[in-house]
Amino acid sequence: MTVYAAPGQPGSPATYASRYDNWIGGERVAPVEGGYFENPSPVTGEAFTEVARSTAADIELALDAAHAAAPVWAATSPADRALVLNRVADRIEEHIQELAVAEVWDNGKPIREMLAADLPLTVDHFRYFAGAIRAQEGGISQLDDDTVAYHFHEPLGVVGQIIPWNFPLLMATWKLAPALAAGNTVVLKPAEQTPASIMYLMDLIADLLPPGVVNVVNGFGVEAGKPLAASGRVAKVAFTGETTTGRLIMQYASQHLKPVTLELGGKSPNIFFADVAAATDAFYDKALEGFTMFALNQGEVCTCPSRALVQESIYDRFLGDCLERVRAIRQGNPLDTDTMVGAQASNDQLEKILSYIDIGIQEGAKLLTGGERVDLGGSLSGGYYVAPTVFEGANSMRIFQEEIFGPVVSVAPFHELQDAVRIANDSLYGLGAGVWTRDMNTAYRVGRAVQAGRVWTNCYHAYPAHAAFGGYKNSGIGRENHRMMLDHYQQTKNLLVSYSPNALGLF
Amino acid sequence: MTTTRGTARVGLTDQAAELLRSLHAEHGPLMFHQSGGCCDGSSPMCYPVGEFLTGESDMRLGDLEVPGMEPVPVWMARDQFAHWSHTHLTIDVVPGRGSGFSLESPTGNRFLIRSRLLTDEELAALGEE
Repeated sequence: MTVYAAPGQPGSPATYASRYDNWIGGERVAPVEGGYFENPSPVTGEAFTEVARSTAADIELALDAAHAAAPVWAATSPADRALVLNRVADRIEEHIQELAVAEVWDNGKPIREMLAADLPLTVDHFRYFAGAIRAQEGGISQLDDDTVAYHFHEPLGVVGQIIPWNFPLLMATWKLAPALAAGNTVVLKPAEQTPASIMYLMDLIADLLPPGVVNVVNGFGVEAGKPLAASGRVAKVAFTGETTTGRLIMQYASQHLKPVTLELGGKSPNIFFADVAAATDAFYDKALEGFTMFALNQGEVCTCPSRALVQESIYDRFLGDCLERVRAIRQGNPLDTDTMVGAQASNDQLEKILSYIDIGIQEGAKLLTGGERVDLGGSLSGGYYVAPTVFEGANSMRIFQEEIFGPVVSVAPFHELQDAVRIANDSLYGLGAGVWTRDMNTAYRVGRAVQAGRVWTNCYHAYPAHAAFGGYKNSGIGRENHRMMLDHYQQTKNLLVSYSPNALGLF
Repeated sequence: MTTTRGTARVGLTDQAAELLRSLHAEHGPLMFHQSGGCCDGSSPMCYPVGEFLTGESDMRLGDLEVPGMEPVPVWMARDQFAHWSHTHLTIDVVPGRGSGFSLESPTGNRFLIRSRLLTDEELAALGEE
């Protein structure tokens, strides 16, 4: 067990500045109107730094810088762009504990997750897209003896990216790495709930990025996010968030005929077939962990497996074992490496989760464990902690239909395969799903039948760079990760060339 | 939470009404659209009237009456309403930060939905089973 000291405390690997300006054109730039807002740590509820409260004028400055840098960055060779991304990856890797502590303090998540998942993945995503851009091929199509179609990839130009608060550094990387690899420059707005850790990262990598290639502007959605999303000076907007803002971003983009990619969440089913309990072995243990994955990152994951569907014949036994696993979750100081579940990212998130627990009980769902706010005592008393919660109910209940974004899973039984697929698909969303079975034919059929962009099969919550991630139905438009993400940040240029010396004879 | 006022499906607390009044002074007539999905999903988003385009895919749950203001319409996507129609929604406010492009975010407050089941009598009055 290791307990890291909080940022700024003796022995802590990380120290936050007392104030963060914007990062524009390779420099720290104070917000035009001079405003800042306090940033509280969800670990304690206490403010620890302040960040720029930007407005449209700051977005314009960032767009100026991004446009100035765009032609040079687009003309930079893929090898040199890849080198920059690899150097960023190396720098993050060298500072992994420091960044882990910094982000825990900003977001509230447990440090074991930062060290085991978020940051290693962040490093790998930069390296992946550094490799992917160097290996990308255009196309040459010989249409006939005299005519050739050449297809070139070209960057879009300047792109706007709006980042969520649940994985601040990793989600920024999911958007930055492919955009930069493809030759775009970026204006990025972090979430106002977690504005600080990305500024910490920018300080660490400032010397590696050519000025203006990445510009980070902090502020509130309505004051800074909207001017970015509504700007006619961005070639594309990428957003992760929720449906109403997603629609608004599409609405703004339609006024400039600009494309968007949207990742808007889900209500992911995690389906357990009876044969998982055919033996009490390592696989059964893995399935129990798979159920418990709803608590990963305090449930603040778009693909949180927040609906568990368990086949009737094993329902009581399996759920009993799952509850034992859930009750063994260690919730505590997020800076303790033994802590599995930390703090919710903000006070309003805490309140929202509690309001969902309330409606779940009103709807008649049976509360099997958890269901309350947790007071961890001492300096953590002011933090935003919710006990991992398991409900039993029916898929028509709101706790089965709306993303709670907390450590809350709702469990229901199913009879047979078709039943499981029907319940799984009875949702407005289709981002993730899990299927657990020892029968690979069942796994294949269910995996293909579930309407979701990713179906984890005998695993959950793995996010490798080389696997596409994105939603069906209301979960959004487009994909993230995988080499195909380069296409989302590129134009296709077709040169259609005739090598014939002869006229067609039409005129 | 204190008293609520509003229509059969939606209401708001005194604190929420107070926040609406101050937002109205700055931004003029207001509307809500109830969000779904991740991050700031499930939050009622407050916009100046006309900022967010509603259409046939949306359902107008009702209009909130706040003295001194134009009625504040509350909208939700119809597909989402299909899953929420059995609940009464009260718009409340809590200290918080960030809510998409919703107007209250810079004030350090956030609108929050509190829900209760509609009674059989209320459902009958609304023409639902």
